[in-house]
Amino acid sequence: MKRNTLSLRLFLGVTLAALVAGLTLQPKPSLTAPAPSPDRLQITGAGATFPYPIYSKWFDAFHKAHPEIEFNYQSIGSGGGIQQLKSGTVDFGASDMPLPDKLLETFPFRIIQVPTVLGAVMPTYNIPGVTAELKFTPEALAGIYLGKITKWNDPEITKPNPGVRFPDNDIVVVHRSEGSGTTFVWTDYLSKVSEEWKNNVGSNTSVNWPVGLGGKGNEGVSGTVKNTPYSIGYVELIYAVQNHMTYGEVKNSSGRFIKASLATVAAAAAAAADEIQKDVRVSITNSPGRDAYPICSFTYLLIPEKISDAGKRKAITDFLHWMLTSGQGMVEALDYGRLPKAVVTINTEHISKIS
Amino acid sequence: MGSPSATASDIRLGRGSRGGAAGRVRAWKLRLASGDAIAHLITLIFAASIFLVTVLLVFELYRSCALPRHKFGWNFFVTTVWDPVFENFGALPFIYGTVVTSALALLLAVPLGVGAAIFLAELAPPRISDALTFVIELLAAVPSVIFGVLGIFVLVPIMREHVEPFLKSTLGFLPLFQGQIFGVGFLTAGVVLALMIVPFILSVSREVLLAVPVDQREAALALGATRWESTWKVVVPYARAGIFGSIFLALARALGETMAVTMVIGNEPKISASLFSPGYSIAAIIANEFTEATSDLYVQALIELGLVLFILTFIINGLARLLILATTGRGTEHP
Amino acid sequence: MRHSRIWRKTVNNVMLGLTGVCAVATVSVLFFILGYLVYNGGRYLSWAFLTRLPVPVGETGGGMANAIVGSGKILLIAAALGLPVGFLGGVYLAEFGGRTFPFLVRYTADLLNGVPSIVMGIFAYAVVVKPMRSFSALAGGFALGVMLVPIVLRSTEEFLRAVPTSLREGALALGAKKWRSIATVVIPAAYKGIATGILLSLARVAGETAPLIFTSFGNPYWSRGFNEPTSSLPVMIYTYALSAYDDWHRQAWAAGLVLLAFVLVANVGAKLILSRGMSSARG
Repeated sequence: MKRNTLSLRLFLGVTLAALVAGLTLQPKPSLTAPAPSPDRLQITGAGATFPYPIYSKWFDAFHKAHPEIEFNYQSIGSGGGIQQLKSGTVDFGASDMPLPDKLLETFPFRIIQVPTVLGAVMPTYNIPGVTAELKFTPEALAGIYLGKITKWNDPEITKPNPGVRFPDNDIVVVHRSEGSGTTFVWTDYLSKVSEEWKNNVGSNTSVNWPVGLGGKGNEGVSGTVKNTPYSIGYVELIYAVQNHMTYGEVKNSSGRFIKASLATVAAAAAAAADEIQKDVRVSITNSPGRDAYPICSFTYLLIPEKISDAGKRKAITDFLHWMLTSGQGMVEALDYGRLPKAVVTINTEHISKIS
Repeated sequence: MGSPSATASDIRLGRGSRGGAAGRVRAWKLRLASGDAIAHLITLIFAASIFLVTVLLVFELYRSCALPRHKFGWNFFVTTVWDPVFENFGALPFIYGTVVTSALALLLAVPLGVGAAIFLAELAPPRISDALTFVIELLAAVPSVIFGVLGIFVLVPIMREHVEPFLKSTLGFLPLFQGQIFGVGFLTAGVVLALMIVPFILSVSREVLLAVPVDQREAALALGATRWESTWKVVVPYARAGIFGSIFLALARALGETMAVTMVIGNEPKISASLFSPGYSIAAIIANEFTEATSDLYVQALIELGLVLFILTFIINGLARLLILATTGRGTEHP
Repeated sequence: MRHSRIWRKTVNNVMLGLTGVCAVATVSVLFFILGYLVYNGGRYLSWAFLTRLPVPVGETGGGMANAIVGSGKILLIAAALGLPVGFLGGVYLAEFGGRTFPFLVRYTADLLNGVPSIVMGIFAYAVVVKPMRSFSALAGGFALGVMLVPIVLRSTEEFLRAVPTSLREGALALGAKKWRSIATVVIPAAYKGIATGILLSLARVAGETAPLIFTSFGNPYWSRGFNEPTSSLPVMIYTYALSAYDDWHRQAWAAGLVLLAFVLVANVGAKLILSRGMSSARG
């Protein structure tokens, strides 16, 4: 009996000690980020996965410059960002989909929408044996996602790609499984180029997909495409680049096949310059312009107009101004498009409304 | 110091005192002066809180899905559409996915679990049996997210490249094994779930098999039965109720399993006869869409799904308890 | 219909052999999981990994110190909420109580046990996160605490019941009050079993992911106190494993190894404690 209780006590004692140690021992500053100072302020945000790479870089850089401010951003999807902001459980949201008036009306408070970067959504595919950059027409993309075009050797796909040998395999369609602004951009484009899509499926952060597999986040879709032969999915530019995936060119409204790049995305934004002045929520998919890439959009930070906590208000406005100046210098290294000058000006105007 | 405590009525557990209502109140007030009643009260309050929290849970769930209940009513259970854009929600694909993956899991786990239990209870020497059971019960402790992660990285490629094509080529005449192969889907989810619930079936089955009196076995053997015959035809039927009970318990666990299934089921709200097809379960769609549902109806439809799942597990748990109670006379001791 | 002896013997050997295969197959799954995690995660496990904070997406060299501490915090809250309720409830069921009320309590405890973890997450979201208007370790601890209760309740009750009545009556015969006899004689006698029940329940909820996703959320930094979003091991494993970055995959394996190690050590420890001095009755 004695031995048993001794070993029991020893075991419990060690476990308890480990638990206590884990909770109370704070790491030394040299091992981790600078130790939190007494004035430490943490601001929580949630939303889009698309800009997560640049946001986490921004927040990290801003934190290094202002050690007492921590931005905790969780990329759960644009739909999540909107919902949690509305519930008041986060301080700011992020969404690839600008909020239409109808949705804004459901919010118990006013928000400003701040475009932060430009991004492109591209079709990415995994066809064993095909390494070329494929050209896709709007009809091909709509047909594939509607489930009307089921095989890779369909004429709609093969016609713009002479010289490429397409297999007779079925196309595995991949889309986002959760609410996402990337889906919004993709379906917004499909709605513009296909009446059938517009009437039957529509555009939103989450839709009733006619066909396909669901992947969670840009990460999930790109991962699924990478691991599934004969598949096609849609992802943001940076995810395809970081994963060394093949992505295709898309025919724009001027009839030219354009590959997504910082230049073609900027062209799309430039072509819509006038509209942007009127409302930053303008959709720039299928934008006119010779060199415009047809599937791109801004991504937005959603900030409440009234922030009662003075510390948070200052931190957020400081960050936003920093983002529009120094921050913009970091975006192209990560394959995001810079904001056009006009947008920066409008943003600064809107940010001044925060009180 | 209050009333004498070592009376017969005090020692008997859980008996109120004799006498009419007034007598009871007086006796209660008297006992309150002693520490016993306080202890009784305190522990009762804590026990009651369990009951209250569960009631609160069900109430909260029910209340929070008022919108879709009113809008769809019973149609919710037969609609196959899940459309957040046009706000039309139906539970059928998810109920289907939950049921199919759980049924598959049972189909795979029961023979495996009962078979292993038979081996461990009847054949293996006691020490090896204890050691192996020890190890297998550790499997039950592995967190579900780890199963899910291993599912994606190890099982899905194996299913996609070897198992499913093999099944398609040999059993492809069945609608179950037709259709496009993705790697993720009902079959893979079923396999992962099976691995997760096998320890429960095995553990309980082994216990009830061990509890079968030796005479039963010896009688069968004395009559000339082989070891297997005595096990399969005498011992197992004797322990049948307990084994079924363990199956129900495992089923309840499989129904609610979230993470592992979410990662390998393919996340498609579609009903399909093919086991290779991607699908969706109730727990998986809640996990994927809850924080992201943009409209109130959307959120509440998800909560209603949660309520459906809760009721399903409620019924199955009840049946399981009854069965196990019938055999062993008491509950089982499993996490 | 008479089967020949040889046929019956063959069937006997084949079937018994198959059961052995089943047992081996089941056992090997655990070893496979353990081996895979050790192989893929062990290489990445380092002191730096255990003490650093995560770094921005795409950069290498991050760690998961905050996830370990966060899990610890959440477990602490869960224990503080769930253990007293489960333990004292178990005492009630074993030592006091009549017919109907205890039956109700047991049945609802079974119900709670059967609640899918994701539904528990919704419950905690509605009851803690929304009113507080913030994700927090508290919410996560609440969800896990409620999950703890049925497990602790059942094991406490069982081990208390297993204490022989002679012990109880002996204490009472010596003049102790009932509550005293419970506190000083019965509970200590069942101490080992109750402690293992607690340990097992903690290990069980430590690995739960679904209830934490919309309660404690996540945090790339340290969280202060219990009212802030908190990183946790299971959620981190989930997020990193599903990401597109190889570096994050490696970290997920390492984190998985840490989590699994903790869970296994707790389980093994609990069983060892329990098995000493308790022999299994063989029929």
